[in-house]
Amino acid sequence: MTISSLLPELWLLGIICALFLASINGRRDVLSWLPAAAGLGVLVAAMGLSARGEFFLATYRLDALSQFFKLIISFGFTVVAGIAAARKDNRQDLTPDYFMLLGLSAWGLMLLASCVELVTLYLALELSSYSLYALIPLRGQDRRAAEAGIKYILFGAAVTALALFGLSYIMAAKHTTYIAALAATSWSFDDAPLAVLGLALFLAGFFYKLALFPFHFWCPDVYQGAKNETAAYTATIPKLGAVVVLVRLAAFFAPHMELTTILAILGAVSMTVGNLAALVQRDIKRLLGYSSVAHAGYVMLGLAAGSAAGLSAAAFYSLAYILMNLTAFYVVCTMAAGGENPSLEDLDGLYKRAPGLAMILAVAAFALVGLPPTAGFTGKLFLLSAAWDQGYYWLVIVAVLNTAISIYYYLGMVRHAYTGESEASALAVPRSSLVFGSVLAVLVLLLGALPAPVYDLAARAGTQLHP
Amino acid sequence: MTQYGFPVMTALIVLPLAAAVALLFLRQEKLARLVTLGVGILECLLALPLLGYAPNGPAFQFVEHAAWVPALGMSYHLGVDGLSLYMILLTVLMLPLCVLGSWTYISKRITEFHFCLLLMTSACIGVFAALDFVLFYVFWEAMLVPMYLLIAVWGGPRRRYASIKFFLYTLAGSTLLLAAIVAFRQVGGTFSIPELMEKSYSFKFQLWAFLAMALAFAIKVPMFPFHTWLPAAHVEAPAAGSVLLAAILLKMGTYGFLRFCLPLTPAASVTAAPFMIAISVASILYGGCIALGQSDIKKLIAYSSVAHMGFVTLGIFLFSLKSVSGAILQMLNHGITTGGLFMMIGLLYERSHSREISDNQGLGKFMPIFMFLFGLFSFSSLAFPGTNSFVGEVLVLIGAFQGNVWIGFAAVPGAMLAAAYMLRLLQRVTWGEPSAFKSSWKDLGVREWATLVPLALLVFYIGLAPALAITTIEPSIDRTLSAMRAKNQAMGLTKDMPLAERLRLPASLTVAKAPDSTRKELP
Repeated sequence: MTISSLLPELWLLGIICALFLASINGRRDVLSWLPAAAGLGVLVAAMGLSARGEFFLATYRLDALSQFFKLIISFGFTVVAGIAAARKDNRQDLTPDYFMLLGLSAWGLMLLASCVELVTLYLALELSSYSLYALIPLRGQDRRAAEAGIKYILFGAAVTALALFGLSYIMAAKHTTYIAALAATSWSFDDAPLAVLGLALFLAGFFYKLALFPFHFWCPDVYQGAKNETAAYTATIPKLGAVVVLVRLAAFFAPHMELTTILAILGAVSMTVGNLAALVQRDIKRLLGYSSVAHAGYVMLGLAAGSAAGLSAAAFYSLAYILMNLTAFYVVCTMAAGGENPSLEDLDGLYKRAPGLAMILAVAAFALVGLPPTAGFTGKLFLLSAAWDQGYYWLVIVAVLNTAISIYYYLGMVRHAYTGESEASALAVPRSSLVFGSVLAVLVLLLGALPAPVYDLAARAGTQLHP
Repeated sequence: MTQYGFPVMTALIVLPLAAAVALLFLRQEKLARLVTLGVGILECLLALPLLGYAPNGPAFQFVEHAAWVPALGMSYHLGVDGLSLYMILLTVLMLPLCVLGSWTYISKRITEFHFCLLLMTSACIGVFAALDFVLFYVFWEAMLVPMYLLIAVWGGPRRRYASIKFFLYTLAGSTLLLAAIVAFRQVGGTFSIPELMEKSYSFKFQLWAFLAMALAFAIKVPMFPFHTWLPAAHVEAPAAGSVLLAAILLKMGTYGFLRFCLPLTPAASVTAAPFMIAISVASILYGGCIALGQSDIKKLIAYSSVAHMGFVTLGIFLFSLKSVSGAILQMLNHGITTGGLFMMIGLLYERSHSREISDNQGLGKFMPIFMFLFGLFSFSSLAFPGTNSFVGEVLVLIGAFQGNVWIGFAAVPGAMLAAAYMLRLLQRVTWGEPSAFKSSWKDLGVREWATLVPLALLVFYIGLAPALAITTIEPSIDRTLSAMRAKNQAMGLTKDMPLAERLRLPASLTVAKAPDSTRKELP
């Protein structure tokens, strides 16, 4: 209950303040210390894993779930900073205020992980969204970035309005906004139609963050339009915020209730639509955009299961997801020295031009497919087995068939990198950057081969919601 | 630990893996060959303790067991029994031979080639040794990536098409296997294969699980309607890739039937047996007929593989001791013989740069040693008495005639077709009008000898003294088959029960539903 248990949040806030000071002083060399400082933040968050307590009239709670997600968020922020730092020499647009906005967004998500009251939760969500609204159009004079920014804001604003509208229904029907109190009441449609409707609308706000069908339309456009580093961030860390809230709210449901069925159906449609649309993409960032729509669908398996095993599987999968996606985006950002959008054809002959990058890309792609022994496989296995245990046989079968669809386009990336030939000159990748990427790839493999320690952390979060 | 106080299986799996990682840091490409060859020989030496397998000892030997993900009941569990013993030995033997066989064949991206070979070996041994369902699946899928790269990078002109087809086909087939694995955990409460084997499942569950698993295995074998990826992959793959594909990869499908379908879903296997026998016979006849019409040597051998593997699945689904030992022996024989043939075609291709029969005619006068070995493997392939395949094929045919005379009569033309297409090939390559021969084509060198002689010796050894191999594998087969019969009897399955009645059969023991406690315990 002391202030020291809030150290992970405070540490990131400190970094943001330092970035702010650097920004008004006009210093541009923040990248020399930022990755290290953010990396220390991961350690701080790891030390805070066992912190427990409640703050601010019990609206803000530290528990196994929130601390687990804070660890992942700080890790993700570090990786994004590391990716940006790897190419700092040729980039003038990565200024302190850019990172300050990134940090603010991550900070909002950290708060979100701990919010256990709907209004606080909403505020934290907006805090993380506002900085993204500013970040996405930041790409020099690029018109596509402006378009992406407008799309993100308009879509975001509309969904936020929906969510607020839903919140009003929940308040009217249940007379409380505390998640713990809400969980104690019945959520079947027969008992509380108004509240279920309200919750469905409220969830839409998070489906939008997660880019779940039918709230996914912004996703490929925004990834394509935004700067590579911004896309790497947008594709990964905000989804964690959405997952943590959905995990908290999914604990309301028993399997095969109306809302769980909606989750299951949206998940099934989302993976199918995402994978089918990704088949025809040429721009790698668009491809990854559709792939993230599909992955949002996979996460729904665990949420629809709703059991302790399902929620921990969803938490574990979100970690696996950001890890493999950040690895893929590392390759995208490193390849595009000038910050342009790489296409599949740009991958041709990568094995010769940058063998290290090609191998890291292969690891990321096979992990995204869900091939063992990578994190993508173990995450999927946990999800499938949780969903099967709760009787979602059809959903499991849709999910495994989707793996077969998705292999084509992920394999396409590897195929271009390993069998394509190109006359382009070798890519000069600094050794430090290559080491950083290899560490990411090794983590993807390690999390796949030895998932037990991390899964136990996620399981602790899951059992806490389902004692 | 194992009876040798030394984790043999882990060593066999980890050594190639570690060597593969080490290759990545190797600066000199030339060294990669030597290092991999050394690892291959070391691997063969490491596998020697496996020869101490005691046929009448415990069901699984050389067992290693360690916790992996206890929360979900996954464990690192390896072991060997009569079904997997020879497959592991064959895999181990193939590594050094493949390195030797592609010593000059592979001239680009040498390090990466050997990297893939080593990964393949490691994953294949894992597939045969895994006693945990998830661990099995991990190795089963992990092997796809190096095999894909072998075809896609070092393959022939249509390699992109062939490699994608290979990957899509096999991956799509095995996705439902994953669903079956998850389902077995829910019903049986564990991923451990020996534990799952001890339980009994309701017929309905068995049928669905059987279908999901059989699809994956039938594609890998490949059985008749799912075989189209095989000729494409074989034709485009480099010699070593074809060898691995034929000698080891295809065996995984039949091994899967033996390891999973028969013990886990005995009632469904018996029910589906007539159908499986029918498509096995179809594979034998279809593969043989198509092979008869090929002008490309590699394609011919590829289709002959379809026919040979048909004999293996036929033997498995006849469920008699003779036929199943014949099937396992035939798995081993096909690996040796077809592996040898593909190796030889690789050597021939290095000389003539063509795989067409018409470009490789009349070599008998110019390359006698080559033709001697080629003839030997061809005769083995058509199951000539005295060679290894004869023993396996005869055992399967005996089993077929014992089971049902008509099945026997249906399969016999397959053996005759084999003689027809192999002799046609042999006759033209040996005595045909020389078309493209150049005096620069040397007969076999020392390295090429070294590649082929071990396989040639095995052809004779198994052909003339098959008793040793058979007595080693028979106890395991007997155990599998009698457990299968006992389970079906306990369920109340009778021979002429209609399907509608079978579908209502419950599990014989009280394990049909996992107790709620296990479900709650698994956060």
